[in-house]
Amino acid sequence: MSKIKIKDFNLFYDNFQGLKNINMNIEENKITAFIGPSGCGKSSLLKSINRMNDLVDSCVTNGNIYFDDKDIMKTDVTQLRKEIGMVFQNPNPFPMSIYNNIAYGPRTHGIKSKEELDKIVESSLRKAALYDEVKDSIHKSALKLSGGQQQRLCIARALAIEPEVLLLDEPTSALDPISTLKIEELLQSLKDDYTIVIVTHNMQQALRISDNTGFFLNGELIEFNETDKLFTFPENEKTENYITGRFG
Amino acid sequence: MDKIMKKLIYLVASLTFASLLGIVAYIVIKGLPNLSLDLFRFNYTTENMSLVPAMITTIIITIIALIISIPIGILTAIYLVEYANKNIIMKFISIAIDTLSGIPSIIYGLFGMIFFVTYLNLGFSILAGSFTLSIMVLPLIITTTRESLLTVSDSLRQGSLALGATKVRTIFKVVLPCALPGIFSGIILSIGRIFGESAALIYTAGTVAQIPENLFSSGRTLSVHMFALSTEGLHTDKAYGTAFVLMIIILLINFLSNQVIKKISKEK
Ligand SMILES: Nc1ncnc2c1ncn2[C@@H]1O[C@H](COP(=O)(O)OP(=O)(O)O)[C@@H](O)[C@H]1O
Ligand SMILES: [Mg+2]
Repeated sequence: MSKIKIKDFNLFYDNFQGLKNINMNIEENKITAFIGPSGCGKSSLLKSINRMNDLVDSCVTNGNIYFDDKDIMKTDVTQLRKEIGMVFQNPNPFPMSIYNNIAYGPRTHGIKSKEELDKIVESSLRKAALYDEVKDSIHKSALKLSGGQQQRLCIARALAIEPEVLLLDEPTSALDPISTLKIEELLQSLKDDYTIVIVTHNMQQALRISDNTGFFLNGELIEFNETDKLFTFPENEKTENYITGRFG
Repeated sequence: MDKIMKKLIYLVASLTFASLLGIVAYIVIKGLPNLSLDLFRFNYTTENMSLVPAMITTIIITIIALIISIPIGILTAIYLVEYANKNIIMKFISIAIDTLSGIPSIIYGLFGMIFFVTYLNLGFSILAGSFTLSIMVLPLIITTTRESLLTVSDSLRQGSLALGATKVRTIFKVVLPCALPGIFSGIILSIGRIFGESAALIYTAGTVAQIPENLFSSGRTLSVHMFALSTEGLHTDKAYGTAFVLMIIILLINFLSNQVIKKISKEK
């Protein structure tokens, strides 16, 4: 089942075309990876899905993106972002306690009861495999956590508003190998409940965790296929060149 | 070359330090012996030259001026940083604000006299003085708030928006709290400027030495009081005593506010 359908999607920053006629269906409860050399438009597409590109004045798009068959441009943006969570490249916890970081989203969407918030904080931390490490310090500043813990906190924060989709933009590129591994395991455990889209610089990572992979080059989606197929029998020569390390 | 530079820097630094120390020492030596109970009587008479009414006036004027300028200043800075397009008009407004913060206070005083005292018919009054000073410190509050809003990382704004928060919620719940220490130091600087101001007040709040009866009465702040005592020439000793008290108050404010800023930054 497709959770997100991208149809004839073009994106411009002023006169520069960042994405060219993208068509792809993102499947529910699967991990979809976007790979490709830097500057090829992976982040631009990811940010289009939860409309973070609305914030860029110079950005204009045409074509459609459907989330559960609803046109995202016709959906209320706060509601859209509640259903499509996002984790950024560099961990960006708010300078508040761990508790308040996670409670921020639920509070934004109107949850006030302390018991309910307590429950959400605990369950989100558990889902992000962070609970045991921080359970004694949830009222301490989130900035005291290590980079890897901060990134898992950001995942927990995104999960706290019960999204259906999780978008991650190179979430491990700033982390050490052990933290990276933890996050990869975490994402695999989350895919039963969420649809996950991850941008990654690292082909090994895409190979390890994703079900489907899209290869982008210069704003075009060159090839989109099941990850195993794409890496073993790439249909396009450019894909083959990229995954065998011949360019990019 | 490096060595000469280093020596020069040391020299300049010690000159600064020495002159500061000199001023403090001078005020302590001249002021401390002139402190007397008379200076702290509740009512001012030409005999006791009490500074208590001036102290009360100072506090009232400071509070009114800040009540006006803090919200306007912070909201203006929020508009400039978070909402305004970076076009030519914005640049013009920014330049205007930067210029306003460099204008001598006497100009604000003259404006206050023409506009508040005469045109709005407030007379020499606490209100006219407070309004004038609120305009005077506005650029300071706007610029310090603007600078500290600019230091807040965009990734925090995006993190909040990506959770479905509105822009207003993002600003008030994430951006402003991060900028608080900077905003606070702007407020402290403003208090310092208000406490030290005399020219702008003489033309707007007048120089009556009594406790003001209401906001339409004239009144003098500590600085104006000191200025009056020393220019009248009859009570220079008391002027030194007053200067000493003023200095202690300002040191105290600085110390306390530093503690507060430290506490705010630590909570993060
Ligand atoms: N806000 C922006 N304004 C102008 N150009 C941008 C902006 N963001 C990205 N770009 C350009 O769009 C292209 C795609 O960028 P991006 O989507 O970030 O690529 P990737 O994530 O694959 O590295 C790049 O050439 C980049 O310079
Ligand atoms: Mg990117």
